[in-house]
Amino acid sequence: MTGPNERSAAGIVGQPITRVDGRLKVTGGARYTAEISLDKLAYAVIVQSEIARGTIEHIDTSDADMLPGVIAVMTPDNTAKLESLEKFEREGGKGGRPTGRALSLLQDDRVHYNGQPIAVVVAESIEIAMQAMSLVRASYRVDTPAIDMVAALPSAYPSTQKIFGREPPMTRRGDLQAGLTAAEARVDAAYTTPMETHNPMEMHATVAAWDDDKLTLWDSTQFVHGVRATVARTLGIPPAHVRVISHFVGGAFGGKGSAWSHVILAAMAARTVGRPVKLALTRRQMFGPVGGRPHTVQHVTLGAKRDGTLTAMRHDCTASTSTMEEWLEPAALVSRILYDCPNQETSHSLVRLNVGTPTFMRAPGEATGTFALESALDELAYTLDIDPIALRLKNYAEADPESGKPWSSKSLRTCYSLGAERFGWSRRNPKPRSMRDGEQLVGWGMATATYPARRLPASAEASVYPDGRVVIKAASHDLGTGTYTILTQLAVDALGVPMACVKIELGDSDLPPNPISAGSMTVASTGSAVHLAAMAARDKLVQLAVSDPESPLHGERHEAILIDDGHLTVRESPERSESIQTLLARNGGEPIVGRAEAKPGDEAQQYSMHAFGAVFAEVRVDPELGIVRVARVTGAYGVGRVLNPKTARSQLIGGITFGIGMALMEHTVIDPHSGRYVNADIAEYHIPVHADVPQIEIIFADEKDERVDPIGAKGIGEIGMTGVAAAIANAVYHATGARVRDLPITLDRLLATPRVD
Amino acid sequence: MTSVMSHAGTVDVELRVNAGSRRLALDPRTTLLDALREHLGLTGAKKGCDHGQCGACTVHVDGKRMLACLTLAVAVQGRSITTIEGLARGGGDALHPMQQAFLDHDGFQCGYCTPGQIMSAVALLREPCGPNDDDVRECMSGNLCRCGAYPNIVVAIQEVRVSEGAE
Repeated sequence: MTGPNERSAAGIVGQPITRVDGRLKVTGGARYTAEISLDKLAYAVIVQSEIARGTIEHIDTSDADMLPGVIAVMTPDNTAKLESLEKFEREGGKGGRPTGRALSLLQDDRVHYNGQPIAVVVAESIEIAMQAMSLVRASYRVDTPAIDMVAALPSAYPSTQKIFGREPPMTRRGDLQAGLTAAEARVDAAYTTPMETHNPMEMHATVAAWDDDKLTLWDSTQFVHGVRATVARTLGIPPAHVRVISHFVGGAFGGKGSAWSHVILAAMAARTVGRPVKLALTRRQMFGPVGGRPHTVQHVTLGAKRDGTLTAMRHDCTASTSTMEEWLEPAALVSRILYDCPNQETSHSLVRLNVGTPTFMRAPGEATGTFALESALDELAYTLDIDPIALRLKNYAEADPESGKPWSSKSLRTCYSLGAERFGWSRRNPKPRSMRDGEQLVGWGMATATYPARRLPASAEASVYPDGRVVIKAASHDLGTGTYTILTQLAVDALGVPMACVKIELGDSDLPPNPISAGSMTVASTGSAVHLAAMAARDKLVQLAVSDPESPLHGERHEAILIDDGHLTVRESPERSESIQTLLARNGGEPIVGRAEAKPGDEAQQYSMHAFGAVFAEVRVDPELGIVRVARVTGAYGVGRVLNPKTARSQLIGGITFGIGMALMEHTVIDPHSGRYVNADIAEYHIPVHADVPQIEIIFADEKDERVDPIGAKGIGEIGMTGVAAAIANAVYHATGARVRDLPITLDRLLATPRVD
Repeated sequence: MTSVMSHAGTVDVELRVNAGSRRLALDPRTTLLDALREHLGLTGAKKGCDHGQCGACTVHVDGKRMLACLTLAVAVQGRSITTIEGLARGGGDALHPMQQAFLDHDGFQCGYCTPGQIMSAVALLREPCGPNDDDVRECMSGNLCRCGAYPNIVVAIQEVRVSEGAE
């Protein structure tokens, strides 16, 4: 970025600025969706199916209907058919599903998974709604569901859809068989990762209010414009009649990237009862109806020369999806780009199960794929008796091995060396079970981290008001990611105004369109748009000053003007200066508005763009009980420009914490007979707690990337999670000699795994 | 058997919240959390599970931390309830030292667990929790954070502990 003010003392991009929305969050002043208060608000609760596959015979709502305070009980029997969905069915799916995802909107009597929404209760209070929910009784004709992934593996079929609309599901380069024949050592193993559930601390919630034919939705979402489009399409109303607001989101992690059933059900319920309706999911309802990470079975084959040179690599991923919709966890993507291996095949297959449709969950593909690939690399390192870092350096990809394109930038070598140095890797005795601390076995493991750097078209508006305030508008979102803060920093540096004067408006579909806040894309997409919009406003201010005969800056060249602390000044003659307020007051008192759209250029055609990192973990294992504790983690990352090291560090620590959960505890357990989500709460679905998370050290490689986007930032929301599960599994192997290839590494699994001594 | 109660079947409840007193007509099943959030407009205490599993609803009752989602509003009548909105003393823009420490050390991301974390942290300093980081981690383990702000939270708590000379 080349802001004229960048060199001024006021530059705060790159500084560890405290979150600008922090005060609201520590005082309870930040309002999340379910906290919106409206007159005559009614409370809606979803009733879920109790079987995994079959047909609803009858829903008995008589007890619920009679309960005083119940306003409506909506079932497939009394809910109007949605024309958009009927048309979709009638035309055999042409034109795409209006709902985006396959939703359950009380349109028919079919049940596809246990926990599917089958009715909605609307009542005067939460208490009455919850009681009424318990009074709704459904009877079913039950069919045998497919639940067990392993049993269903023979039904796996190759995925044919492009991955996220971009990359082919299968690839082949070189000659795999020749590479395997040439190999002097091989690893051939299957790795599995279980279903996982996002579990943001804030449950999904939607508040819906109709005003005549116009709908306002407060929704906990990563994509206000996406929700608006989906709701409008599904309900058959103009998008301009739908407004979606999401000022604060209590965590999302991909789960809030789609408009799920409850969003549209809330709008339908509000229309049915003629009142605003609040529909907040319960924690139990977060398991199934709003997505999760699917089960993966990954087969990895590596072939290498004795010196570690890879000659062959195969990575086949089979992932679960639902019977309603195909959704693919693209775990084999990482193998295409991470190492310089000439002979490779990758593939993705799907298994349809009677479960809720899976979805994006923090680093979808990279989180699961790096577990398999980076575990296999560790196995190869032991087979060849080569240091795991040396093995990775031996096969270092100087260019993208799949496309042949140069990297936009890559600091992975630096990450390996910085991380190893800080972690103390050179002191590692590679022999399993060789390091101890008292009775505890100590293990050190490492893995490579990676995530693509992408962006999508985004737009923004920057207004400078005569009183000196600056308002930045963009329909993006702050999921805890720091968007409010980094956009403030970008605006301050572009416009040269005090930080306290800048207000960021996000999370409202009335604001300039922005993409989904996901895929580590927000800074590159929205940040670029905000930077350009603020620069456009700056240009207008400068133009106004230099062309105004009454301004002390009159007649100066643009380049000679500096804006700092809200004052325009001639750089070489600081006495020629005036405030933005004075300038605007003299010129009609109207605000100056800069608008911009930022679109990806051809950089993705020219370069392969990825962030890389190296993650190191130390575990302590109780040799008798098999209890694994993570003692410390060090992560070194090359992520381009770091806009705010304080929030960036936090986000990477958060990703690593997610990875600790994936490695050691997270597992959505589904009963193989009933299809019921067995551990559908956050006491039984274990996520890391304070006592599970040790010191985590984050190191940034000094990386400048002027190719990736105008800001030079690659995004950091997801890379922190990648590689972590493998680093921990590799550390567990080092500690114990037991190679656990099935996540999570619980003590029963560890004790049951044969070990080398 | 179904227990049907009339919609008008409310009970009068007087709650002393943040040094004020409020009289409410509540469904007797109303939890303290729903009373705060749905009836008093005090949405600082969060609903993260409604089952006492996550700590997001933590408030102080007579100075001790309590899970508002597992507490019936009728059961805490007459007792002194403090929520995140009433934690800071001095009024205006003043922050409690723990709130300031969370800000300074970036002890949160999405902010949803934050009020509960802060209320737990303040109460913890009055509890027989040991002085080490591991002690704090153990005593704070009832407050879940999915964003992974734990290391920063521990630093924030330890800073306040030291500055206040807590044991």
